[in-house]
Amino acid sequence: MKIKGAEILLRALSDEGVDTIFGYPGGVVLDIFDEIYKSKFKHILVRHEQGAAHAADGYARASGKVGVCLVTSGPGATNTVTGIATAYMDSIPIVVFTGQVATPLLGSDAFQEADITGITRPCTKHNFIVRKVEDLARTVKEALYIARSGRPGPVLVDIPKDVSQAMTEYHESGPPKAPAHDPIYVPDVTALNEALRMIKQAKKPVVMVGGGVILGKASQELREFIEKVQIPVTHTLMGIGAFPGTDPLSLGMPGMHGTYYANMALTQCDLLINIGARFDDRVTGKLDEFAKNAKIIHIDIDAASINKNVIVDLPIVSDCKSALQQLNKMLLQNHFTIPEKDRKAWTQQIDEWKEYAPLSYCAGEKIKPQCVIETIYKLTKGDAIIATEVGQNQMWAAQFYKFNHPNTFLSSGGLGTMGYGFPAAIGAQIAFPDKTVVDIAGDGSIQMNIQELATAVVYNIPVKICILNNGFLGMVRQWQEIFYERRYSHTNISQIPDFVKLAEAYGAVGLRATKPEEMEAILEKGLNTPGPVIMDIHVEPEEGVYPMVRPGSPISDMDLGR
Amino acid sequence: MEVKRHTIKLVVNNKPDVLARIAGVFSARGFNIESISANVTMDPNVTKIRIVTMGDTSTVTKIQNQLKKLVDVLSVSHVRESKQGQREMILMQVKLTDKNRNDVMKAIDELQCKIVTRKSDYCILEATGSEEELEILVQRFDSLGIEDLSRSGVVAL
Repeated sequence: MKIKGAEILLRALSDEGVDTIFGYPGGVVLDIFDEIYKSKFKHILVRHEQGAAHAADGYARASGKVGVCLVTSGPGATNTVTGIATAYMDSIPIVVFTGQVATPLLGSDAFQEADITGITRPCTKHNFIVRKVEDLARTVKEALYIARSGRPGPVLVDIPKDVSQAMTEYHESGPPKAPAHDPIYVPDVTALNEALRMIKQAKKPVVMVGGGVILGKASQELREFIEKVQIPVTHTLMGIGAFPGTDPLSLGMPGMHGTYYANMALTQCDLLINIGARFDDRVTGKLDEFAKNAKIIHIDIDAASINKNVIVDLPIVSDCKSALQQLNKMLLQNHFTIPEKDRKAWTQQIDEWKEYAPLSYCAGEKIKPQCVIETIYKLTKGDAIIATEVGQNQMWAAQFYKFNHPNTFLSSGGLGTMGYGFPAAIGAQIAFPDKTVVDIAGDGSIQMNIQELATAVVYNIPVKICILNNGFLGMVRQWQEIFYERRYSHTNISQIPDFVKLAEAYGAVGLRATKPEEMEAILEKGLNTPGPVIMDIHVEPEEGVYPMVRPGSPISDMDLGR
Repeated sequence: MEVKRHTIKLVVNNKPDVLARIAGVFSARGFNIESISANVTMDPNVTKIRIVTMGDTSTVTKIQNQLKKLVDVLSVSHVRESKQGQREMILMQVKLTDKNRNDVMKAIDELQCKIVTRKSDYCILEATGSEEELEILVQRFDSLGIEDLSRSGVVAL
C-alpha cells in the first residue's frame, strides 16, 4: 500500500524507537504535522526553534538516546543552527528534520527557502536532503545511525514539501549502509598491554576523563578501573559525573576554572591517561607547559582527536567502554596490585594541594552564588539533573555541585551557548518526568530562551530555574575587571526584568531571595513547589569565579582569588 | 615546520555535495587548494579526487584525519613523492609574431608539445608531464608570450 512521505517519516522514526519530537510547525511541514496529529507521537511544541534543538540535545544528554526535532524551512531551519552547533561541539546525538520548499523550487529564492544543508555542513556530523520519497525511510535510518555511532553528533535531514506529500510503499529498511563510517570499537591489545606497563611504572599518574566516557556509557567500567589502579581522576566539564565527585580520588575539574589540585597534578604528573577527552584549550592552557613531564596515553574513538592539540606517546583508538572493559580484564588476569610504596609520595602531595587550596569562597552581606549551588546540592541530596547556562553560573555549578552519576550534568561546553540550559532542562525532564531537574542560570543567559517558559507551563514540565541574578553578564564582567581595569562596557544589564512577575505572567511560580538568611528557605520552597518555578536569587554582583588561569598561561599559573 | 606540496587522493561517493564538504575541511583550516581534479571511476557511484595543497606535514595529516571522518569519503591517502604516477596536462595559447615564430617552433620541438590549433598570430599547444616538467615548459614559453593557459591539476593513480 502506498502511503505519504510524511507518514513514512513517522513510521521510520517509530521503527527506530523514537517516540518524542520537539518541534515547531510551518508551511512546508504541514503534511508531517498532519500525520503527527493522527499518530501517537509525543510532540512537544516549543516557542522558538532554537529551543527545540536544545531540548532534543538535553533529552539526548540525559537519556543517552538520540534527540529528535522537527521544524519548518527557512527561518525555522536557521533558528536551529545554534542548537546544532552546540550539539556538534559536544558530540551530542540529535537528528534535526527540517522542511524544505518543494524540489522544483529549490535554488529559486522561494518563500522561506534557505540552503540549510549548505549552512549546517560545517556544524553537523552529516546532513542529507531527501530528493525522492523512495529514499526517505532509508535516510531516516541512516541519520539516526550516524548520529549515535562512533563519536556521536548532530545530523540534519532536509525534506522538501513535495517529498513529504509524495506516495510510495513503506518497507522497513535493512541495516544502515555507511561502510566507510563504521567506527572502530576494538582496541589494539598490544597498545593496552603497553598502557598497563606504563601504569605499573608510573610514580605520579593522573587519569583525565571527558565526555567520551559518558557518551560511551563507560562510567561503570571507569569506576572499576580506578578501583583497581587507584589513580586520581580529574574530569573535564563534559566528563562531569563520569566519576563520582565525592570520591576521595576525584580531583574535580582541570583547566581555566579548574581546581588548584587538578591543575597541579596535571602539571607535575609523570603519566597522564586521557580517556575520552579532546585536550580543549580551556583544559590545557599553554600547550608547551601542559603535562610536560608526562608520558601521555590517549583513548579516543575519534582518531582525528588524537595528536590534534597534544602529541601523545600512546594513542588508543577505541570507544571508552571497550578499552576499559579490556583493561579491567587484563588487570584481573595479571593480578595487578597497586605499587603502593611508589605512589605514596604522590598521594601525599595531592592531599597537600587539596588542603592548601580547596574550592572556597568568603561569606558576605549578600548571597554568595557558590553558597546557592552548595545549598541546591544539599537540598537535592546530589540527586538532581542539573542543566546550566553559560558563564559564571556554569562554572560555579561545575565546581560546587558534586555529581556522582553520568548524564546528570547538562552544559554547553564546547560552543558555550547562553540560553542552552533551560530548553535542555525541559528536554531532560521529558526524558525523566519524575526526577528533579534544575536549570542553574544567570540573569543574562536565561533571557536568551525565556520564551520556553510557555512550553514548560503548557505541558506542566516541572523544571526549576535558579537564576543567580547579579545584574551583570558576570563572566564577561569578570574579564573586564581583570583585563580591562574594570571598564564595564555593556555588561551591566540592570536586574531587568522582574523575574517573579515574569514567571507569574507565564503562569509559573516566581520566588525571590535577596538576603543570605532567606536563601535556603526560598530554594527549599521552590524545589518543593510542583510545576515550573523561577527562583530569582539576588547574589553578590561582583563575585568572581576562581581559581582562574589567564588565557595562554600554563594551568599551573592560577589566580586563586585570595 | 616545513611547508611543502602534498597530494591527497580521495575515493568518495559520487554525490552533489561531496566536493563542498571536502573543500570545507580545507577552508576551515585556512588551507588553499592549489589544484584539484576529479573523475568518476569504473563504478559510477564512486568518484576519485586528487587535491594538491601546501602545508606542513603535521597539519596535512590532521586534514587527512578530518577528511576520513566525512561520511561520503570512502578512503583518503597521501600520494607518495615518487613522480611516476602523477601527471598533469596543460593547454597554452602562445602569441606568434614574425620575431618569435622561429623560437616558438624550436621550443615546441624541443619540449615535445602538440599543436592543437595554429593561426597566423597565435597557436594553441598541448602538453602533459609532471608538475615540474610543466613548470619548465611554462617558463620557457612565458618569455615568448603566453596569452592564456589552463592546467588540469594533477592526475594520479
